[in-house]
Amino acid sequence: MRKSEKSRTGWYFLLIVIAVYIIAGIIKPEAVLPSLKFLGGIFLKIWWVFLLVFALLAVLNYYVKPKHVYKYLGKSSGAKGWLMAIIGGIISTGPIYMWYPLLNELQKHGTRNGLIAAFLYNRAIKPALLPLLIFYFGLTYTIILTIVMIIMSVIQGIIVEKIMEARK
Amino acid sequence: MLAENTPKQAVFKAAKAIWRSFPILLGAMLLVSLANTLIPKATYSYLFFKNAILDSFIGSAIGSVLAGNPITSYVIGGELLTQGISLTAVTAFVVAWVTVGIVQLPAESILLGKRFAITRNIAAFLFSIIVAIITTAIMGII
Repeated sequence: MRKSEKSRTGWYFLLIVIAVYIIAGIIKPEAVLPSLKFLGGIFLKIWWVFLLVFALLAVLNYYVKPKHVYKYLGKSSGAKGWLMAIIGGIISTGPIYMWYPLLNELQKHGTRNGLIAAFLYNRAIKPALLPLLIFYFGLTYTIILTIVMIIMSVIQGIIVEKIMEARK
Repeated sequence: MLAENTPKQAVFKAAKAIWRSFPILLGAMLLVSLANTLIPKATYSYLFFKNAILDSFIGSAIGSVLAGNPITSYVIGGELLTQGISLTAVTAFVVAWVTVGIVQLPAESILLGKRFAITRNIAAFLFSIIVAIITTAIMGII
């Protein structure tokens, strides 16, 4: 895909989503306004994540060179890379799609696909939400689930990476 | 660490990356909002058969299609448990809710690559069932 085509793809996607809204508005008009209100709620909750991602991108562009990414998140990153992906996934906040631009930049700099997959998997573990998980499912369950998910995130990352490499 | 860009260039590049992602992020948020409004939360329990293995698959499938704050998945998961749905199915549902993103798949494909997005989501779907089985098996032993 050429660069100009790729940059337009996002706008085509948005146009398709707007078309879906128009269709939804015709079939079920009462659903559109609550959806837009829900969207407003999302914006109010995540605007600061936008700023955080923007700041991280700027820092990344200023300080990080591809060789640094190769060292810490590239092929030879080893256990440190997995640990960084796990911790990064756990401490990252906001909706998953907010992190795609940053991950896209890291991917371009040579970050392993397995680490990106592990990062995205570990986003399921949110320290701030653990009390609520404990409330609904109990402490033992929460601890076991968290440990199992962290271990599985690495296995899943390795599998994704192997599949991606095999397809090259 | 030596800087590759000047501070001004670094900020400009960051703004450009955000702007490039803007229509994709907005589209994903619009889809999440519409899915959240169109699917009433009370209907989820009718989709299960009260069979642990089949329900795990269904739980993972429902969790994959839906999106939103994990809190919502905990609340729905808690309600499903009280209605007699197995812990394995509810775990698969809660895990898939956050790790698999069918609604976000177009955005993930555009920004991280179609092959990567599809491979990752299929793997995450299967792993949500595996995680659910292992977690409940350990719970059974303890």
